[in-house]
Amino acid sequence: MSVTTAPALSTFDPRELLRAQVKWRWLETVFWLAALLPYLVAPTYLVLASQIAIAALFALSLDLIVGYSGLVSLGHAAFFGFGAYTAGLLAKFGWGEPLTGLLAAGCAALVLGYLTSFIIVRISHFALIMVTLGLCLLLYEIANKAHWLTGGDDGLQGVRMWPLLGEFRFDLYGRTAYGYSLIVLFVSFLILRRLINSPFGLSLRGIRENARRMPAIGSPSSNRIRTIYVISATFAGLAGGLLAQTTEFVALDALSFQRSAEVLVMLVLGGAGRLYGGIVGALIFMVARDQLADMNPQYWYFWLGLLLIVVIIFLPNGILGGCADLLARWRRRA
Amino acid sequence: MIARHISLLFDGFAYGMLLFVLSVGLSVTLGMMNFVNLAHGTFAMIGGYITVMLMRSAGWPFFATLPVAFVGAAAASMVVERILYRRMYRASDLDQSLLTIGIVFVSIAVAAYVFGTGQQPVQLPDYLRGRIQVGEFSFGVYRMFLVAAALLITAVLVLGLEFTRFGARVRACVDNQRMARGLGLNVDAVFSMTFALGSGLAGLGGALGIEIVGLDPNFAFKYLVYMLIVVAVGGLASIRGAFVTAAMLGVIDIVSKYYVPEIGAFVLYFVMVSFLVWRPAGLFARRA
Repeated sequence: MSVTTAPALSTFDPRELLRAQVKWRWLETVFWLAALLPYLVAPTYLVLASQIAIAALFALSLDLIVGYSGLVSLGHAAFFGFGAYTAGLLAKFGWGEPLTGLLAAGCAALVLGYLTSFIIVRISHFALIMVTLGLCLLLYEIANKAHWLTGGDDGLQGVRMWPLLGEFRFDLYGRTAYGYSLIVLFVSFLILRRLINSPFGLSLRGIRENARRMPAIGSPSSNRIRTIYVISATFAGLAGGLLAQTTEFVALDALSFQRSAEVLVMLVLGGAGRLYGGIVGALIFMVARDQLADMNPQYWYFWLGLLLIVVIIFLPNGILGGCADLLARWRRRA
Repeated sequence: MIARHISLLFDGFAYGMLLFVLSVGLSVTLGMMNFVNLAHGTFAMIGGYITVMLMRSAGWPFFATLPVAFVGAAAASMVVERILYRRMYRASDLDQSLLTIGIVFVSIAVAAYVFGTGQQPVQLPDYLRGRIQVGEFSFGVYRMFLVAAALLITAVLVLGLEFTRFGARVRACVDNQRMARGLGLNVDAVFSMTFALGSGLAGLGGALGIEIVGLDPNFAFKYLVYMLIVVAVGGLASIRGAFVTAAMLGVIDIVSKYYVPEIGAFVLYFVMVSFLVWRPAGLFARRA
């Protein structure tokens, strides 16, 4: 630190910083208005659009632990799938009301997240990667073998949803599905945006930078990590519940390792640790998959892998991070 | 009835030995550089495909293909290490995992494109097929060969690490990398070599495993989880740990799938998670 910055530091007020971050930017307004465009421009792609919104919510939930708290999870699909099966089973066995079903999916994932959070805070690094992966595989095996309940490999069939709010039927074209998913995504985003720009959110970033030093300034690391882990699990469960309700089907794939890996890819593609990263990543990932997988699913894996390697090596902060760097460089020059 | 149990235990042990050969290299390299290499299975797959291709197209005998599988996988890993891994040693766990997952994805697609998506069978020589009857016990000849090969490899590894100059360097780098660097050891070169040897062993394991676990483009993913379990539960950079864990894993997997098929792989994952929660650094960790 040079001498000239010292006075600036002494008048530094953390509340000012948070207030500045909470402020809504015009670019964000444009972004969310643009999210309505599919209704006008691409009404045939509404099903895809709703899947993108769901993937974005899932990636957003993962960002809380990966991007903001610095934990790596290779098993986040556990909560996604658990939420999906909860919502799906509720609807299958007679309660097809979407909003309460979604709430139940979130609560189920919350409970699962709470139970596993005790394990998560005890371990780190490689063991953490393995345990998150292991827990997800455990759930996958249970769902696979409990054929009588979940349908196993064939997926959960016979999910029948009631109209949303008693008015809007879930149609084949995804009109209701997209509106529903988008609203849930937007509301979740608002909640999480507020959460991240709070003192609690700041303490998470502190843990990401140095988990040992945070307790010294009065912020118990493991408690904070458990809290954010449970919150993250809840929103992942909501995303899973949304998928089950809008597609009226739950595939075993919802719990698979591939699902966990894909959501990490989306997040890193867009840029972890910045709320919009997961959303942009999900958008690019899902559109690319829709286009490329049509040709051949094997080739899709090739392009996905290549993209991943290129992004990790050349854009360590994801696409949004790369854009931010470019913008900063351009401003400095101007 | 007891004979049946013994045969089953033996099958499990043989399977465990295969897992050991597949994953011991990963254990040592992970322990040395803390580099999360999820693409280890890719090198095993390369070894497997080399053996299949040499036997089918060039008509080589099975045994002659094994050294080529070893060298081929080692060479491929060296190229990847130079081009991609070297610049990622200081990156976060997340970036390392994702980069290597990217490599796995690419390798799966390439393998499917070149060799097709089906299983690749091999025609073993006659003297490796069939079963040997000892009293009332019966053992598969190939599995006996596998156990013998794995024990030989273990002996070479342990003795090599203990009594050769290169082994001493590897131990120094695992125990304290910065200190070793300070004493003038070329840690990068030692790591490069170790990485190539470990990947070569994986390639050998891939070739040896075709008869037991099959070979298809998804191999790199399917057995990744098993390799990671061996490494994580055994403890990083511990040959003893990898050996014991692999043997245990093989027996648990085979026995639980035989006696309680309705819960399948559940037992395996449950054992892994509980071990890791009990001892996060692994059963035989060299470092706390």
